[in-house]
Amino acid sequence: MKGTVKKKKMLEALTGSYEETAAVILFGIGFTILLFHKNLIKKIIGLNIMDTGVYLLLASMGYIAGKNAPIITDPDGAINAADYINPIPSGLVLTGIVVSVSVTAIMLSLAVRLHKRYGTLDLDEIYMSAVNEHDDR
Amino acid sequence: MKMKDFSKIFLNWLQGEEVLSSTENGRDRSRKGEAPETSLADGLFREQPVKKLERVQLKSFRIFYAVCAVLCCAALQATLLTTVANLPGFGTLSENAEPLEEEYLTQGMEETGATNIVAAIILNYRAFDTLGESFVLFTALCCVTVLLRADAKNQREHLLYRDLTGDNILRFAVSLVAPMIILYGFYVMVNGHLSPGGGFSGGAVAGAGMILLSAAFGFDVMDRIFKEKFFNTLCFCALGFYALSKTYSFFCEANGIDSHIPKGIPGTIFSGGLILPLNIAVGLVVTMTMYGMYCLFRRGCVGGVSGTRNKDRPGKEKNERNGEKEKNA
Repeated sequence: MKGTVKKKKMLEALTGSYEETAAVILFGIGFTILLFHKNLIKKIIGLNIMDTGVYLLLASMGYIAGKNAPIITDPDGAINAADYINPIPSGLVLTGIVVSVSVTAIMLSLAVRLHKRYGTLDLDEIYMSAVNEHDDR
Repeated sequence: MKMKDFSKIFLNWLQGEEVLSSTENGRDRSRKGEAPETSLADGLFREQPVKKLERVQLKSFRIFYAVCAVLCCAALQATLLTTVANLPGFGTLSENAEPLEEEYLTQGMEETGATNIVAAIILNYRAFDTLGESFVLFTALCCVTVLLRADAKNQREHLLYRDLTGDNILRFAVSLVAPMIILYGFYVMVNGHLSPGGGFSGGAVAGAGMILLSAAFGFDVMDRIFKEKFFNTLCFCALGFYALSKTYSFFCEANGIDSHIPKGIPGTIFSGGLILPLNIAVGLVVTMTMYGMYCLFRRGCVGGVSGTRNKDRPGKEKNERNGEKEKNA
């Protein structure tokens, strides 16, 4: 009896804050792609989906219902901190986006080089031909 | 199933030996019909028929990997979902809110002169963090340059893409749209301290406009404006200006010296002290990075230097490419 009540409560919490649930599920989807796909480009896409989940989680953590974006529209009036949402997660998301763009660029250029060298994007095949080359040497 | 063999391999794998490599290797060889060389797995099971065993090992490892991966993903997902269920709900104010955020909101405008508090945080309170971000972008550009730059050793097959530069409709549409996009990018950059946006988003928009221009008019037109030297100088000047000016302002404020940087009237375009020039500097770096990465991915150089060299020596490029293919085969 107690267990079902607890489960119900958890389910309510999950559906109530569905933005965060969606963020977490996105993270999981990205992680699954990262583990299961052999194609390098798909792995990079998976990593980007994981990034997106993180941004969504951060941005939704900063949101407070009924409050405004942290941009002061009336500079002469009195400023009440209770009118605005939390500005710190927005700044953190920005950092994350920039870093993810940079990392994606480096990964893609490495993928280009690997494709040029081995003619495939399959990680296993690349690994096998690398091992063969090593043995031949 | 040979549970014993499997556990043996797994134990070896735990001790850091390359089980996967040997089995993968074996699979490759057995598929090609060559005799497998001596590897770790052969050493372990020399007395048994190797091919069959390797296939079994490979299969068992695949199953093991799949099961492990599924378990790993399920565990991660379950942990994360449980955590989210126990977090304060979406849109609610948590009880132990940071006093820092309140301080930013109430005193941010007065202290920095910017009405956009997020811009005040990222370009004033945490400006060195943003400088680091710009350098991350710049470093990424350097890495991409190292990896993809076309030179005598690393030739790009840059004629493989379908060239659309002769298309009149595309040219006309882009000549209408691209200036607007670039102008909007600069608007977002310059208005970063007043409205949502800032250097990073504005720079991304302007960079997209430049990519559109170069896609429609070809690199020859763009190279007249964006020589490699100009590109490098702009990036260097923007990053250097950011670093020096912010160091000066932090030094002054930390030591209580008047820095003589006017804060302006909050809400007007010339306000926010250093935030406006810093936004422009960051925006320039981001624009250059976006355009530079596009150029490097598409043809292997930023300015017009290496591209013309490629065109001058098409025969050599071909020979080298053939040589590489032979090496691969």
